[in-house]
Amino acid sequence: MTSLSVNHLVGIKELSKEDIALIFQTADNFKSVINRPIKKVPSLRDITIANLFFENSTRTRLSFELAEKRLSADIVNFSAASSSVKKGETLIDTVNNILAMKVDMVVMRHPNPGSAKFLSEHVDSRIVNAGDGAHEHPTQALLDSYSIREKLGSVEGKKVVIVGDISHSRVALSNIFCLQKQGAEVMVCGPATLIPKYIHELGVKVEHDLRKALEWCDVANMLRIQLERMDVNYFPSLREYTMLYGLDKEFLDTLSKKIVVMHPGPINRGVEITSDVADSDQSIILDQVENGVAVRMAVIYLLAQKIKREE
Amino acid sequence: MGEKIVFNHKELDLSVNRLCWQLIENHSDFSNTVLIGLQPRGFRLAQKIHLKLKELTSIADISLGSLDITFFRDDFRRREDPVAPNQTDINFLVEGKNVIFIDDVLYTGRSIRAGMDAINSFGRPKQIELLVLIDRRFSRELPIEPKYVGKTVDAIDTEKVVVDWDQGLDHKGRVSLIRE
Repeated sequence: MTSLSVNHLVGIKELSKEDIALIFQTADNFKSVINRPIKKVPSLRDITIANLFFENSTRTRLSFELAEKRLSADIVNFSAASSSVKKGETLIDTVNNILAMKVDMVVMRHPNPGSAKFLSEHVDSRIVNAGDGAHEHPTQALLDSYSIREKLGSVEGKKVVIVGDISHSRVALSNIFCLQKQGAEVMVCGPATLIPKYIHELGVKVEHDLRKALEWCDVANMLRIQLERMDVNYFPSLREYTMLYGLDKEFLDTLSKKIVVMHPGPINRGVEITSDVADSDQSIILDQVENGVAVRMAVIYLLAQKIKREE
Repeated sequence: MGEKIVFNHKELDLSVNRLCWQLIENHSDFSNTVLIGLQPRGFRLAQKIHLKLKELTSIADISLGSLDITFFRDDFRRREDPVAPNQTDINFLVEGKNVIFIDDVLYTGRSIRAGMDAINSFGRPKQIELLVLIDRRFSRELPIEPKYVGKTVDAIDTEKVVVDWDQGLDHKGRVSLIRE
């Protein structure tokens, strides 16, 4: 297989196992590219990409921007804070106005779940979802799986626990789909208030005791507590959350096996994980960041491949 | 569909041998020379030449790398079937080196152009030479000519040159011209 089965990357749910494998194989090549003295290839020099960020982002936006530049695409950036969105323009109008300037692909982050899918059905452009509310964040899940594959050889058969705020996390949902499609077992762990009631219907295990969860797993993905998305108090205090679901080096060392620790960032040091865990040899947090660029290059390259060239 | 043998096993061996001697003549101890096989098929030839050179010169450390040109091609989004990228493996410096590009068949010259672009990502070579097993002259679309040639073949566009390294159980290679 040399091309994706989809025309947009709206979510992991729409991808096949073969799509994910193709993205990873292509990312292997791009990882070698970004480690050369000249970290750039000319493939996308006639493609223009708009990065539309209707919600704050630092690392995802930087990572996408770097991926696009390393593929030689022209890029335009847009952030909601300084746009006509504030003046009442609709999403379709905003995007169509940008597309009228001959843009071939749109990378969008939006606070509303389903916005990427909505856009893919209404505008004539390739859409890459860079996070839509608490729904999906496909490139993050892809880079997480890619990092597990790199560290442990494969994702199939591995046991992965996602710890923390599952309810408000698009990273969790995309990761569940992505890991399951590759044959991994998934568990979610956190306080009952932060775990969706029917999540077991997705075929994931639910555990509320962090020690039991970590003893079970090969990989722990420690999510950030998303205080900005919480409208009510889901736990008594941050300190209590840390006591029950925070991971420190002492805790990590008492486990019966060496597990891999991941975090999608940004880290609240001392809340989900302590500094000594984040900086330990079991953590692959910085590998995740590096792999993010390679995986995003692969996604953009494979989607751009499907854009017909105007003769 | 007709098939014409361009090189049988014996001729192929002789030709690879001759190409090796020509390289030795120009690069003597290979201290400042590196071999780069263009993926996928050129690398196979490069491996053969590398092995033979070591045998003929008794120099153990002749540098050999593989270069994938997929991301540097000029037909991205123009092909019906996209090209799958291969591995690039260059674990030495090319800055200031004499680089010998090795490919099996030289046709339009576009792969070599892409290769010249790609190798610059690793540094600025002193010079680049081109070695090909088969040169399909009269088919060039770019001003690219090889320095070392196994055999020159006159073929029309509907004909295909196939280099088969593993013919039969005895692993004897051959080159043939197939008319579609």
